[in-house]
Amino acid sequence: MIQQKDYASQIHRCFRCGYCKFPTDYSSFNCPSYMRFRFDTYSTGGRLWLINAWLRGEVEWSEHLAEILYACTTCKNCAEQCPMKFAPDIVDWIIGARGDMVEKGKIPPRVSRFFEAVYGYGNPLKLLRSDRSAWANGTKTYAPGDEYLLYVGCLGSYDENAQKMARSLVHVLETAGVSFGILGNDEECCGNEIYLLGEMGLFQALAEKNCQQFKELGVRKIVTLSPHAYNTMKNNYPAFGGSFELCHYTQLLNDLIKKNKIRPSQAKAKITYHDPCFLGRYNNIYDEPRQILQSIPGLELVEMEQNRRDAFCCGGGSGNFINDFLAGSRDSPARVRAREAYETGADTLAVACPSCLTMLIDGVKAEDLDDKLAVKDISQILEKSLSAK
Amino acid sequence: MSEVYDALQKIVGNNYVSNQAEERYFYGRDPGLMPPHEPDYVVMPKTTEEVQEIIKLANREKVPITPKGGGLALTGLVIPLKGGIVMDLKRMDRILEVNEKASYAVVEAGVTHGALKSYLQKYHPRLRHSIPDSPAIATIAANAVIHGQGRLSQQRGFNSDMVSGLEVVLGTGEICRIGSCAVSSSWFSKGPPLPDLSGLFLGWFGSTGVITKLGIKLYPCKKIRDVMLFLTDKADLVPEIIRKLAYTEMIEDIVVTAQPLPLRFKGNFYILLYITGDSEEEIEFKKKMAWGALLVYFESRDGGFVSVTPDMKPAFLAMPSKDTTRFADVSKGGGFEYSGPIAPIDKYPPYLEKLEELAAKYKLFYSSAARVIDGGHSMMFSFSYTFNRANPDEMKRAKAALDEAAKFALEEDGVIWKPNIDEQRMVMEKMDPNTLKVMTSIKHLLDPNRIMNPGNWEAK
Repeated sequence: MIQQKDYASQIHRCFRCGYCKFPTDYSSFNCPSYMRFRFDTYSTGGRLWLINAWLRGEVEWSEHLAEILYACTTCKNCAEQCPMKFAPDIVDWIIGARGDMVEKGKIPPRVSRFFEAVYGYGNPLKLLRSDRSAWANGTKTYAPGDEYLLYVGCLGSYDENAQKMARSLVHVLETAGVSFGILGNDEECCGNEIYLLGEMGLFQALAEKNCQQFKELGVRKIVTLSPHAYNTMKNNYPAFGGSFELCHYTQLLNDLIKKNKIRPSQAKAKITYHDPCFLGRYNNIYDEPRQILQSIPGLELVEMEQNRRDAFCCGGGSGNFINDFLAGSRDSPARVRAREAYETGADTLAVACPSCLTMLIDGVKAEDLDDKLAVKDISQILEKSLSAK
Repeated sequence: MSEVYDALQKIVGNNYVSNQAEERYFYGRDPGLMPPHEPDYVVMPKTTEEVQEIIKLANREKVPITPKGGGLALTGLVIPLKGGIVMDLKRMDRILEVNEKASYAVVEAGVTHGALKSYLQKYHPRLRHSIPDSPAIATIAANAVIHGQGRLSQQRGFNSDMVSGLEVVLGTGEICRIGSCAVSSSWFSKGPPLPDLSGLFLGWFGSTGVITKLGIKLYPCKKIRDVMLFLTDKADLVPEIIRKLAYTEMIEDIVVTAQPLPLRFKGNFYILLYITGDSEEEIEFKKKMAWGALLVYFESRDGGFVSVTPDMKPAFLAMPSKDTTRFADVSKGGGFEYSGPIAPIDKYPPYLEKLEELAAKYKLFYSSAARVIDGGHSMMFSFSYTFNRANPDEMKRAKAALDEAAKFALEEDGVIWKPNIDEQRMVMEKMDPNTLKVMTSIKHLLDPNRIMNPGNWEAK
């Protein structure tokens, strides 16, 4: 059983000093929901004070209160910047409060629909289970003896942009001669967002089902398309008996390049890389994606102002790639990030996450930059370089 | 009242005004110990013109306005005592000008100390401003309004002394420029050679008008910054030590700290000396001067320099200092507040004695940091006590200790810094009646409808 952190006895410790709003150098604001709304209530400090007030009966539950809680993308910038000893716990406190709201049935309708979709359809997009592998175009199904299970996830299976990313990754892995297979229509939602949104019962059911399936199939190594799946399988699944080697696809591809199993050809592009929260701040994977890009001859990698542990979230975390509590403004995180990427002079914004991919494609479009800045996943960039003559 | 809400929406747009319970709750309190009082509206203007329109509206409707920056004074100065509108100014976040040759910056009211620091480091690395120890979200304008101090205060005075011009929206809604910028395109002086009108707004906590733009003086940012640590166990010697150090004119910042834990700190006074230079030779020379100034204490065994190891330096040298914020949670309670009188430096020993006495009386954890101001003309002495936000009894005790400390400081020649509403009354009761009369006249002139942060600096 997943244990929620005891947040109620600790949450009063926030001093609301505001460091949670910043990146390390204070040059801008780095909390996506504070950047979007600018009321202090939408910063982590604001949330913690409001949760405390709710627990003490000083503020009644309201849909606005719930939206403030669910506008947090759980990007963990606040945990990086908070100067207090409890800093590593503050996102868990927010998740804990969401969990209590879920138990009391007090959540925004959008979040409720998200849960219903995953519960009923196995994905938050409410698309048919039987269509889960429609993207796969003959990709081999996992069979005992395959070295890797490629866990594609909900966005990779259903989202148009993320499907392209999944196909590119499959192609690259096949080119490198990697032994792998997918679960096809038998794949289940990983539950990362369900956990972050506080539906612990549903998360537990998903985690148990996935762990059981992996066990029955004899899966020993999993490579994930999505950092979100990587995160929950690495950090939450062990509590459910999940026992397998795990890597994100950028780790595997980087390893294959180092072993000369993939040899990128010449490319010509100026690229900036956006660190996904669930690779970077959550799991400290910053170098491998950059090393892949740097291995491609002719490709120039430039950094955005906010990068690595200071990377500004695309706004998609915690289910916001669908719920999108931060949409509708020039200050919506994906648009802010798109502008930041454009300011580097890059012609391509590289990502390593299906959620970031779809959020930033939308952000670039909204900023009317789509003819100036392409958003591509690293697997797509690498695939293109493999086919280049 | 919904007419006010609609009007505010028309001024700033739908996204930047709220009358919802959550914003009213949060903006109705600060991290300190003053009782909360909720506003009816929270509004976030982007431009001076929007501020002007909001104040005109407030005049028409007789609705109080409380301007807010980072909201970190801890003494309730941004709590809207009579409700109305809290005006969060942090969306006014543009750095408008940095004049390298005249060494000043012009910023909007919501520019944070963190943002200006970052901007200067990136674009004007030879210049810096005086960064306070409050968190990075503290705004430059609000810090000047409360006469804050910072890392350059030993050499340059209060942060408000470093203001080089103001744009203010008066309580009547008129826009007014103060200082050289009133007659010139340059923001090099807040007063001289004109009558210095900045005093009509600095120190008034927004009760005479809202600062919308501010010029702030910049100073050399030397290549090397280092810290020395002098230790003595004799509080009585601290004023003379400060005087000797200030006399050298070599020390950028002097802070004297005292706290009972860890135990090695108890009964000792750590004097932090900050030194800057463009070369190792300059640093060594300044260190030598500091050593020379305090040699007598080494010889009498009353004190000595303590080695500052490389692992200690980043925390000492950090600007702003996150350690100041961490003090709030030393007892895992998330709260601290300090009464910080500005006083002559020879008041250090009696203030320290009182600090410890009150801590024992009210069973509180304490610390103190005394920052030397303007070459030793005064110091800010903090009576700091922690409290647990989940423990109402401890919060009451902390408040009682702070009230007593403020009263004591006032009796002992100090003037309470950023006083809360009760302390303002104490100060006004002690004040020369004619001074109070002038203050009251000024306030009535600039804020005829008494809508500007009402309750503050109001005589009975």
